Order: sequence, then structure tokens, then C-alpha cells
Amino acid sequence: MQNALELKNITKNHKDFTLDNVSFSLPKGCIMGFIGENGAGKSTTIRLILDIAKRDGGELSVLGETDISNNAAIKEHIGVVMDETNFPDTATARNINLIMKNIFRTWNEEVYHGYIKRFGLPLKKAIKDYSRGMKMKLAISVALSHDSKLLILDEATSGLDPIVRDEILDVFLDFIQDEEKSILMSSHIVSDLEKICDYITLIHSGKIIFSESKDQLMEKYSIVKCSQDQLEAIASSAIIGARHNKFGSEALVLRDHVPTGFVCDPPTLEEIMLYNIKGGK
Amino acid sequence: MNIIISNSSSQPIYDQIASQIKDKIIIGELHEGDMLPSIRVLAKELRISVITTKRAYDELEHDGFIESVVGKGSYVASKNVDLIKEEHLKKIEDHMHQIVMLSSRCELSLDDLQQMLTIQYQED
Repeated sequence: MQNALELKNITKNHKDFTLDNVSFSLPKGCIMGFIGENGAGKSTTIRLILDIAKRDGGELSVLGETDISNNAAIKEHIGVVMDETNFPDTATARNINLIMKNIFRTWNEEVYHGYIKRFGLPLKKAIKDYSRGMKMKLAISVALSHDSKLLILDEATSGLDPIVRDEILDVFLDFIQDEEKSILMSSHIVSDLEKICDYITLIHSGKIIFSESKDQLMEKYSIVKCSQDQLEAIASSAIIGARHNKFGSEALVLRDHVPTGFVCDPPTLEEIMLYNIKGGK
Repeated sequence: MNIIISNSSSQPIYDQIASQIKDKIIIGELHEGDMLPSIRVLAKELRISVITTKRAYDELEHDGFIESVVGKGSYVASKNVDLIKEEHLKKIEDHMHQIVMLSSRCELSLDDLQQMLTIQYQED
């Protein structure tokens, strides 16, 4: 098994939204960033992976298992952090340890307390008095303490300050030092993903626009700045998206198709995402 | 060992890593048999993708500067003097090419150029 996660033509029909033949795979030992607008289908995809919702078609393999519905053992190895934590208000970090010990067979107290210490979380404080950052850190500590091999995060770092996010990114990078472990994370903070992800998957209106290694993406595109007339010299099939203003144009283009003499900047992931979704020529 | 990555450089990051390690081998800061940090550690420390560091190492291995042993890691390969000379020669050729281009732009003759080079060479 080389892929921690494999989705093949996953389809889900809602009344007003369709997840349309979603396919991508996450190799072991890698971090994949899952990006897209609000309502693009990120959370739906994650819910299908986690077996919270039932798919209408397609094949799914998680950690090499194709049927995770009837496989409690495999769920032990999946750590999940959603955008909201749902710990009981009056519980403390110490209580959570006792609760989780009875839920997960693979629960490791030492690892848990290690993370609590690393994040500087108080053991005896009621969770309702935690800040959002602290709650997220607690959720991540839990997700990493039951022999997780696949970590799935849905908007887990949104609403956190840059210092806390940086701390969390460090924990993720430590986590994948083991080549057997992988992370799938959706986030709107694209700059974070740009820093640490190996692969980027962009979803738009329920369809996958691309799922590629970040390096390839960054090398494939260029941001060109020129006049609108000059832009016409570039084949329109090579222009992913463009924006025009009174003094010139800016466009995301396939780098190989840019004639010499154009002002080219390397794109940011945010620009790649924006122009791929908004288009405009 | 220091490796400095610039995000605004037009040189791809994998290339920045590979060329810096290469330089360290050529100037003798890294010796034959020295162990290089693992791909994952390097990626973590530099905050870049594992794929990027792997590509840098692949490049170095392809050029014969390092050797990778599965399960053990990557080592600086036995020094191939010819290889390093070749590397330097290529750099000199590149610079010379630029010199010639510049000279033709300001109409400098080959004789003048040779004289300038002789002076430079003797001064050093």
C-alpha cells in the first residue's frame, strides 16, 4: 500500500449540490492541502472519507481498507480535527484523558500528556474557559494520541493567530517525520498550506480542478504583467485567468507558453487558486 | 551546515539546496563519507515540502555528488576530482560567454580582452 488515501470517482448527490466524480490520492508520508471556496465540497468530501455520510458512487480506500464502515480497528488510526471542538464544557484536559482511554484501544497517555505539555495547556482548567487556540490544541493533542496514521483536519487552523498556527504546523511536520503517516488538511489560510504541503488539491463546485504536487504547480504557472494588447500575444489556451485594470493586465499563464520579454513573477498558491476559480480572459 | 533558502529567488528551491550542498562539497566543507540530514529532517527544518528536498537529493545523486543507501541515508560520495573540475570548467565557460557578449557590445577586440585577462591573471 503506497497511498494513505485513495478516492476514485466519488459521487454524492444532494438536492442542490453534487459532488461530481471526485478522484485524488494522498501518498503515505505526505501532507495534502485541500483548498476551495466555501461550499465547494471540501467538508462533504471529508465526511465521505470519514464514513459520516454515505457516498452514492465511486471507490474509496482509507489506509488500504476499502470498507471502513464495518472496521472499527482502522478508525483507531484516523485522527480527526474539525473546525469546532465538541468537548464537554465542564471537562478538563485530565478528564479528556480518562474519557479517551475508554474510547480508543490504542490511546497512549504518555503521548497525550507530551502534547499537553508541549502546547502548554493547563490540566485542571475547565474547557469552557479555554481560548479558541487552546481548544484546537487540545483537539489536535487528542487526534494525535491514538496511534493515528492518517490525520484529517477540516478548517482546524482557521480563526487562530499566526503564532499558534506556526506552533501547530511544527507539530504536523514532526508528525510526518514517520513515513507511514500522512495528513489531509483543508484550510482557507492558503499561505500555511503553501509552507508545508507536498500536494495541493483544488475543488470547485463539487469538481476537482487539480490535484498535484506543490512544486509542480509552482513551476507550471507564471504571473505575467503587461498591457492588454500584449496579453493577446499569448495563446488564450495558456491563460488560466486574468485581471485587467486601467494601467495594464495581470494574468496567470502556463509558464512554457510565455514569449520572451514578458515580466514574469512566480505565483503564490493563493493566486493559482484565485485565477483557476475566477478565470477571466 | 547552513542552507539558506530564498523564496523570492527565481531559482527553484530544490536547485538552491542542491547547488549549496554542491558548493560545500567543492570547497571541502563537506567531506567524503559525511552523512547528510535525512530528506524529512531537512524538509522539516527548512519548512519545505518533502518532495522538494527529495528532488534536490535526487539531483545531487544523479550528478554523482552523493550516494543514497536505502534505510540508511545519504552520504557524500567519494570525491571525483575530474567531476569537480568539470563543474568549475563549466562555470568558467559560462562567465567567459558573458564576457564575450559584453565585449562585443562595447566593441572590445580580442587583443584588448586578452591583455586585460593577462593583467588580471598576473595580479592574482
